[in-house]
Amino acid sequence: MSNTRTYQTPAIVIKKTKLGEADRILTLYSPTLGKIQGVAKAVRKPKSKLSGHLEMLTYSQVTLVRGKSIDTIIGSQTLNAFLAVKNDLDLISCALYMAEMVSQFTPVETEDSPIFELLLHSIEQLPISADRNLSLRYFELHLLSQAGYRPELGKCVLCRKTLDTTTNSFAPSAGGILCPSCQRLGRHYGYTISWDGLEVMRFIQDGDWESVSITPIDATILNEVERMLRSYMRHILEKDIKSTTWLDSIKHDSANLKQPTNIF
Amino acid sequence: MDKTSPLATDAVNRLVQELSKLPGVGPKSAQRITYYLLRASTEQTQALVDALVSLRQKTQLCSCCYNIADGDMCPICRNPQRSSGQVLIVEQPQDILALEHMGIYKGRYHVLHGAISPTEGIGGNDIRIKELLDRLSAGGISEVIIGTNPTLEGDTTALYIKRLIAPLGIRITRLARGLPFGSELEYADDVTLSRAIEGRQEF
Repeated sequence: MSNTRTYQTPAIVIKKTKLGEADRILTLYSPTLGKIQGVAKAVRKPKSKLSGHLEMLTYSQVTLVRGKSIDTIIGSQTLNAFLAVKNDLDLISCALYMAEMVSQFTPVETEDSPIFELLLHSIEQLPISADRNLSLRYFELHLLSQAGYRPELGKCVLCRKTLDTTTNSFAPSAGGILCPSCQRLGRHYGYTISWDGLEVMRFIQDGDWESVSITPIDATILNEVERMLRSYMRHILEKDIKSTTWLDSIKHDSANLKQPTNIF
Repeated sequence: MDKTSPLATDAVNRLVQELSKLPGVGPKSAQRITYYLLRASTEQTQALVDALVSLRQKTQLCSCCYNIADGDMCPICRNPQRSSGQVLIVEQPQDILALEHMGIYKGRYHVLHGAISPTEGIGGNDIRIKELLDRLSAGGISEVIIGTNPTLEGDTTALYIKRLIAPLGIRITRLARGLPFGSELEYADDVTLSRAIEGRQEF
């Protein structure tokens, strides 16, 4: 078994694409190897031994063989199937969004175990999280920091002065907050951000999940933070994260189901 | 990847190009089929041409279930022997062929033409869910059987459909998930095993 061409790693399946008649190309996120790709042969056939262990959002111990252009997955054993997530439409949607974020923000084959830990922990915590929107914002801010895109929220990006307790601007192209006088220079497009919104962003960015998760945060402020982060991520990726459309439609549906008479 | 060869004629290259776009056909197979057709009899190539043309001209989607049909309705929806009270929802027309092969199911179908896949940007409006809801709202249906694939996309679609049709008060069932025939228990994954235990039946 000490063949140097085969290697093993725990990994979470973050993306899959069909290949040929019954194969798939999987994108995996491993704590020791970062984002890797592998071909899983015949996993779309019902009798495949591997398919259940290689479904999207499954944490598995995976065995791969090095290939010329792409590695082949020859073994897989589930470590955590996240059953509680997979039985709930809202949780699946949140977890898929997280997986897509990791896939978009990470380079290929670059080890980054904190990102792996963040993804694993965030998916595990989803079913017990009191506020899914807070879970998503925490994930976004911490992923951005770890991936090297940490937005500057402490002081004004341009003049480096401490921000006043007032309405400031969040400028994606500047990489953070602009004070009112720097915003007036008009060098960057900025979205107005309330003082509460900024404080919440700072709190989530600097806090750990244990303290953030027990702090109740007003939904309107979290929505404001979501708008800021979305525009920031769009600026970095130069495109939208595809799952956001779905996430929005689900959120809209559940709001309608829960409050059928609420017209606001 | 360029599959054309400067040594072959344009007509040959064109067919190789077109054939290699087909699923499961690589450049080599495309070349082999092209040269085979060059040697084949005129009747044989003409039959292939006719078959391809009629595939486009003589098929349409069934106005009721969106299966492939040769007229306004597919043979299953036209058949008065089939119960119209049961609707089995599948992802693609080929799934109906697999289910019809065993000949146990006597109800009707609804083809979604896809499954919800948020990471690929496929949402509820991109597959035929609205058509399903219209059909269910029209009445006369007592049971909806969800037969989407046992994948994360299939499960997402199933949970979404369930959420949408729950207010209509129609019975919703889902194809049983468990161990495939001829497989071995030790290789089963957690999701399959947990659903096999939850869905165990009186024996």
